[in-house]
Amino acid sequence: MRFEAPSTVDGAVALLAAEDGVTRVLAGGTDVMVQLKSGMVEPDLIVDIKRIPGMYDIVEENGGFRVGAAVPGVMLGEHAGVSAAWPGVVEGLGLVGSTQIQSRATLGGNLCNASPAADSVPAMIAAAATARVHGPNGVRDVPVEEIGTAPGKTSLARGEMVGSIYLPARPAHASDAYMRFIPRTEMDIAVVGAGVSLVMDGDTVAEARVALGAVAPTARLVPEAGAALVGKTVDAAEEDLRAAASAACSPINDKRGTIEFRTKVAGVLAVRAARLAAERAKG
Amino acid sequence: MGKMHITTNINGDETEFLCDADESLLDVLRDRLGLTGAKEGCGTGDCGACSVVVDGRAVCSCLMLGAEAQGREIETIEGVAHGEDLHPLQRKFLEHAALQCGICTPGILVTAKNLLERNPDPTETEIRYWLAGNLCRCTGYDKIVRAVQDAAAEMRGA
Repeated sequence: MRFEAPSTVDGAVALLAAEDGVTRVLAGGTDVMVQLKSGMVEPDLIVDIKRIPGMYDIVEENGGFRVGAAVPGVMLGEHAGVSAAWPGVVEGLGLVGSTQIQSRATLGGNLCNASPAADSVPAMIAAAATARVHGPNGVRDVPVEEIGTAPGKTSLARGEMVGSIYLPARPAHASDAYMRFIPRTEMDIAVVGAGVSLVMDGDTVAEARVALGAVAPTARLVPEAGAALVGKTVDAAEEDLRAAASAACSPINDKRGTIEFRTKVAGVLAVRAARLAAERAKG
Repeated sequence: MGKMHITTNINGDETEFLCDADESLLDVLRDRLGLTGAKEGCGTGDCGACSVVVDGRAVCSCLMLGAEAQGREIETIEGVAHGEDLHPLQRKFLEHAALQCGICTPGILVTAKNLLERNPDPTETEIRYWLAGNLCRCTGYDKIVRAVQDAAAEMRGA
């Protein structure tokens, strides 16, 4: 295995594109290192992107925030602007692992590891976040829900890497929330996760995006659940929201939860996350 | 492929080492530099026994490559005491019997020290969450939390 730590994005892309064998981009390493250790992947090349200027930066851009691909959970949570505008995204990433994991784990890594149970991903999908993908053919901005295609698989082509995540500008009276079910209070993997982003007009929902995690091969946007909220109070939308969220589930049965349990809890969490987002949006 | 030549700073000392590209920082510390305070419990970032501080943040050294240490500042358990003078956390762990087998202790001390440097007066809840990634199978955690609280109180008074 070769280890490279280029100082530019172009350098990183050139290294990734030129390698014929297995490559891995290294940001926080909290998934990559576990895969290395277990022998799940045996990369020929690891490209550490943390030496590239800007990778640890959170920059205001068109009223939103561009978050560098090496920004770990602890830094995202310490950023007052992001925490105020996107508390649901911050709590999604913040739920991943321990203090030690928070020192390293990133939004981009959580996205590209493509676990259906990744906590920050439903929150980012609800937020309409985009990933800036750099590759041999240039730069493209991709809605985050289009990155994961199956457990452990992404739509990134050979030589491509995520350089940053963009969280868009927020109008007034808008907020978001992420909630997950785990059998204890800390340090576990989501059995179900729900992210909700709302723009409110008084007590009425003006715009809504709802995304679910751990109930399908990828985290998914649920437009029907968003539509169930629009034009109503969260209370009035509760039944329809719960039904739409549960209807969007196609989970697996495993030791962490049955199909029936996940399907039911997805509806419950969607409603609870919508209530919390609405409360936050009121300020 | 040849070994990588890495220059870093460990506990205030400029340090050089050679490592393989796929070698973890934990393996470098233990097997190449003789710093065996950090332990390998799980090797997958779940137990915290390998905790060190890199550029001011607590990390699992098993989840970091040795090659990533280039130019960083690393603090390990070996740098916590000054000669024979134990750090207040170390003294309080002994006073409170906050350890039994001791495998988790270096990681817990390093992580707790990092907490107290950021927050000199943490609540019990904050201590428990901060140390949630440090598993101890002996003590039941209560004595650990009391020892951290007591050390924090002493350090605030000092």
